[in-house]
Amino acid sequence: MVAFYGDNFSSRLLIGTALYPSPAIMQQAIRASGADLVTVSVRRETAGGKTGDAFWSLIRELGVKVLPNTAGCHSVREAVTTAKLARELFGTPRIKLEVIADSETLQPDVIGLVEAAAVLIKDGFEVYPYCTEDLGVAQRLVDAGCRVIMPWAAPIGSARGITNREALKLLRQRLPDITLVVDAGLGAPSHAAEALELGYDAVLLNTAVAKAEDPVAMAKAFRMAVDAGRTAFEAGLMTPRDFASPSTPVVGTPFWHAAS
Amino acid sequence: MRVTVNGEQKEVAATRIDALLGELEFEGTHFAIAVNYDVVPKARWAETALADGDTVEILTPRQGG
Repeated sequence: MVAFYGDNFSSRLLIGTALYPSPAIMQQAIRASGADLVTVSVRRETAGGKTGDAFWSLIRELGVKVLPNTAGCHSVREAVTTAKLARELFGTPRIKLEVIADSETLQPDVIGLVEAAAVLIKDGFEVYPYCTEDLGVAQRLVDAGCRVIMPWAAPIGSARGITNREALKLLRQRLPDITLVVDAGLGAPSHAAEALELGYDAVLLNTAVAKAEDPVAMAKAFRMAVDAGRTAFEAGLMTPRDFASPSTPVVGTPFWHAAS
Repeated sequence: MRVTVNGEQKEVAATRIDALLGELEFEGTHFAIAVNYDVVPKARWAETALADGDTVEILTPRQGG
C-alpha cells in the first residue's frame, strides 16, 4: 500500500499506456503489472475521429485510476493549461507535471516546473512533478506544496537505470515525509528493485515494458522486482563492507591449529 | 468567421462551441476544450461565443507515459 496525496494505491508500480504493440497487449501488460495508477495524456482529436473515446474505454475496462501528464509542454502556460484540460477531461486533480527544457534530451525545465507547480497547487491540483535528481529543485517543489516528487533515474526512454544513485539517496534522506517516485530511465526490473531498495515509495515506467519483446511478461517481472525491492527495504539491508567477513563459522574449522 | 482549430485555420459558420463541434463533425463524447488558452467546461459550450481569430483546442484522452 502506498499513499499519494492521501489516496491509497495497492501497487508501487505506476505504468504508462503508450508505445505497446497493440491495445490488447497494453491491457494485458497493465493487468500483469498489478498497477492501479496509470499515466495518460491529452492530445488533439481529429475531426470525425473517435480515437479518444476508443482509448478511454480501454482504460475504463481496466478499472484503474489515471495520472494525466503534460508531456510535450515547453512552457509554464502550456503546462498549466494542459493540466486544466486534463482535469476537465479525466475528472481528477492528479497531474504528472512535465515542463520540458530540451526536445532532444527531454530534460525537465526545472525553473518552469517550480513555477507551474506553484500555480497548479494553488488551484487545487495534486502535482506529481517530473524533475531531475537535484535536491535544491526538489526542495523548491516541496516549498511550492508538492507532496510527491518524481526525479528521473536517467533520460526518458533511455533504459539506463539509476545513473546518480548518491543524489537519489540524498533526496530520500532529506525528504523523509515526501512520497518519492523514480520516474523515467528505468530499463530493467533490477533498476526498479534498486529504487525501492533505496527507500523510494514507487517507480513509474513505460518504455521498458512496452518495448520489451514480451511486454506482458516484462510487466510481471517489474511487478515482482518492485515487490522484492520494497520487501528488502522494509527488511533492512546490511551495510556494505570494504573487506571480506566469513559467513561460515570459524570455530571448529578442520585442521585448524593455533599459530605457534 | 475564421478560427484556428487544433492548429488548422478554418472558415466556420458556428458562433458557439457546441455548434463548432457539430459543424466540424467532432462526434466523440470525451472532449476538453480550450479557447485562447482558457479551458471552457462542457457545461458552458452551448453559451460560449467564438470570436474571429480565436484559437480552439479540441482534446481527447490518449496514451501517455
